[in-house]
Amino acid sequence: MATATRYMGRPLKRKEDPRLIQGLSHYVDDLRLPDMHYVVFVRSPHAHARIRSMDTSRAQTAPGVLAVLTGQDLGNAVGVIPCAAQLPEMKLALRPPLATERVLFVGEPVALVVAVDRYAARDAAELVEVEYEPLTPIVDPEKALARGAPVLHPQYSDNVAYRWELEGGDVGAAFQKADKVVRQKMVNQRLIPVALEPRAVVANYKPGENKLTVWSTTQIPHLLRTQIAAALGVPEYIVHVIAPEVGGGFGSKLNVYAEEVLVAHLAMRLGKPVKWTESRRENFQATIHGRDQIATMELAVKRDGTLLGLRCHILADLGAYYQLLTPLIPTLTGLMICGCYKIPAVRVEITGAFTNKMATDAYRGAGRPEATYFIERAIDMVAAELKKDPAEIRRKNFPKPKEFPYATPTGLIYDSANYPKSLDMALKKSGYRRLRAQQAKLRRQGRYLGIGLSTYVEICAMGPSSAMPAGGWESATVRIEPTGKVNILTGASPHGQGQETSFAQIAADLLGLEPDDIHVVHGDTAIVPYGIGTFGSRATAVGGTAVYTALVKIRDKLATIAGHILQEDPQRLVFRDKKIFLKSNPAKSVAFAEAVGAAYIAKALPAGMEPGLEATHFFEPSNFTFPFGAHVAVVEVDPETGEVHLQRYVAVDDCGNVINPLLVDGQVHGGIVQALGQAFLEEAVYDENGQLITGELTDYAIPRAWDVPRLETARTVTPSPVNPLGVKGVGEAGTIGATPALVNAVVDALAPFGVRHLDMPTKRERIWQLIRKFKPTGSRPATKRVGDGRGRRGRRKR
Amino acid sequence: MGVVIQMRVNGKTQQHEVEPRLLLVHYLRDVLGLTGTHIGCETSICGACTVLLGGKAVKSCTLLAVQADGADVVTIEGLAALGGNGGLHPVQEGFWEKHGLQCGYCTPGMILAAVELLQTNPKPKEEEIRRAIAGNLCRCTGYQHIVDAVQYAARKMAAAKR
Repeated sequence: MATATRYMGRPLKRKEDPRLIQGLSHYVDDLRLPDMHYVVFVRSPHAHARIRSMDTSRAQTAPGVLAVLTGQDLGNAVGVIPCAAQLPEMKLALRPPLATERVLFVGEPVALVVAVDRYAARDAAELVEVEYEPLTPIVDPEKALARGAPVLHPQYSDNVAYRWELEGGDVGAAFQKADKVVRQKMVNQRLIPVALEPRAVVANYKPGENKLTVWSTTQIPHLLRTQIAAALGVPEYIVHVIAPEVGGGFGSKLNVYAEEVLVAHLAMRLGKPVKWTESRRENFQATIHGRDQIATMELAVKRDGTLLGLRCHILADLGAYYQLLTPLIPTLTGLMICGCYKIPAVRVEITGAFTNKMATDAYRGAGRPEATYFIERAIDMVAAELKKDPAEIRRKNFPKPKEFPYATPTGLIYDSANYPKSLDMALKKSGYRRLRAQQAKLRRQGRYLGIGLSTYVEICAMGPSSAMPAGGWESATVRIEPTGKVNILTGASPHGQGQETSFAQIAADLLGLEPDDIHVVHGDTAIVPYGIGTFGSRATAVGGTAVYTALVKIRDKLATIAGHILQEDPQRLVFRDKKIFLKSNPAKSVAFAEAVGAAYIAKALPAGMEPGLEATHFFEPSNFTFPFGAHVAVVEVDPETGEVHLQRYVAVDDCGNVINPLLVDGQVHGGIVQALGQAFLEEAVYDENGQLITGELTDYAIPRAWDVPRLETARTVTPSPVNPLGVKGVGEAGTIGATPALVNAVVDALAPFGVRHLDMPTKRERIWQLIRKFKPTGSRPATKRVGDGRGRRGRRKR
Repeated sequence: MGVVIQMRVNGKTQQHEVEPRLLLVHYLRDVLGLTGTHIGCETSICGACTVLLGGKAVKSCTLLAVQADGADVVTIEGLAALGGNGGLHPVQEGFWEKHGLQCGYCTPGMILAAVELLQTNPKPKEEEIRRAIAGNLCRCTGYQHIVDAVQYAARKMAAAKR
């Protein structure tokens, strides 16, 4: 039964959109239930302090207040915040949902107020009095590890959360044989994810039915349900989690938060529906952060540019407590540190440090943007050191297309790739050779063009369960209703990615229907079988494969029924145009709806066949997938002001087969611009007291429309052998590939000033200082003012 | 201690007694139930709460409801009626056609900002579009498809005038 691809591969506009563009969809904060009460949290203003006393009496009697609770009041009613990671000799850092004795980061909740509306709850929260005894804050992760540093978790002797090592090949010999060793310390700074919708939770308990319904802004409704049941000590079957419309996640909603279990508890405790909506300030303080790794990279190379070995030490600032995956994220950096290069010998050491900050966890890319940044920056330094073109150093060290599947010394098997092809396409599309000539010419005029490359590989489609903390499979159920309409229930939990459309495209092709005949349901644990959720670029490669496989099962059953009706071999039937017909004689056909009806009426089914039309598949992937690509950034740096003007951005990505190119472009664009945020603008800054001084969007710049030129994108297609759809995943490609291309471009522009490296974000004052500090050995490079000085935000040169 | 305010919202006259401190966005969402207007930052930075007030795109999270007393307000729920063709407004259509949204949270505000732009500048250049929507943050799309959506709407509206 061949499948005609009438919809797969086409840029179908989204089925999701009509409700979203008319304001008719419902995010969690849009829900209103009768007699609903509102929760506001009282949070620590200190990074590190002992709680001396709390007085809630004034708040208790404030107008409209239903309840005020502290950690003492909760007792053991709500369990600790879960962490799914298990690493050897990892110290536990169990966080109570409300702090009782000590607070360990600014924004840690210590009490909560429930009142009739959000204004009353906020007023009353101001009346909760907490007396703190400030303790020495531990902010800098390097100082946290110093001898004699104060200890965050007093049950331990130091602030080392864990140490993790990975070694493959003979690293000692590689470094002995090397003609040169390139070494650099680099900071991949702490970031704030900033999903545009802040978190929110609504919970309602119906004692008669013994049913607790929790609506939450989550990427993982089923895992959240399990964890709520565990934290509250109730049977899982009473908990119903719904992730309605979710306004972006980027990993920040791939978690189990104190507020989620507390609001669920309050609904049961108070017997009323309750809602909590995060303010943006709370979102900055108490939703997970991303990145925050300091790496020391060493590359051993031969004079001709051949890479021999890599040593890397990573210091990861984990924050005060673990969230769901906190300790695991840096290990992904370790696994991917070789990038898309053949490096025969590798040693990675990771130290996780506790500091008085919010936890880091999975933020779009989760460990892989860091790995890609470290290796791609280091490769550029090798090129500079050996005075070779960075494109040629890269090409020289790629595994060849025929070497795939390719085993890395870090123990991974890269599924399929053609790295030279994507690099060639990116060089050609950007006019790389012309750009280099233009750069040389402009330098003579005192203008500083920078050309930055990044050739990346990412680990996606997370993942085989053997390599995941809590299951890496995904579920799908296809249920065809008696009228012939199709429901797809997916365990993935899209929140902007568009799988209501792309999964309908898959189903329409397999069943010979139209996408409008298909309805995709997600994010409701009472309807959808247990699933894992959306993260790690897995929804299509793992979730989509589950959908595909369940569809194949149901198509086989329908073909058997149709074959029985037509008295033909089911193998010779084709599904198209809402009919099932004989390939060699299309006139011999049965309507799709008739075959479906036969399954339900069940009077004339083949002997022994079950009635009904429903199939479920739990897809367990055999490996991860490894999308890849090549990006080129072109910037001009104004030597007088240090401003960086992004002039062009060319991205060639390979995510395997593409179900909907419109959605893939959208993911690539969004990812690149998020990477631009990290490269040029964003940095979560805690001061020496542990105060988050980038505490609002007023102080933390995420990219705006005018920060970005028109992105030039293209694709190569190397299908993945890991799944029957041949798809790899694309949700994180942009954030993984783009950051190093942008920074490499800035450093390239500054090469005449002797600049070898520059940490992110590449702020104009840092660049200006580097240019000023430069002491030329020969004549000082000429400088010429770029443009009208209105800066990156005011203008773009093309 | 309430104040009685009256305003036209999506063509319908509304009158309520509200606390003077009630934000316009909370009035629209909690009192009128118009939840298509979103709250993203409470500081006027992100633009998710953008509505049209007297035809101008304003951020309803930093306006008090009492400040909008007597005003004419259009939210995303009322936009299609402005399109004049019984269906979607051309800007809404553009966002759908060009994949100008992913999670959809910024979308109502972004659409209304674009509507204001096209009222004053019916044929904006790409750079002018990027400047006009710079007060509206989107974390998903990277803005390119939003620019395409606004260009689509501009073409569509120009064609309808001819």
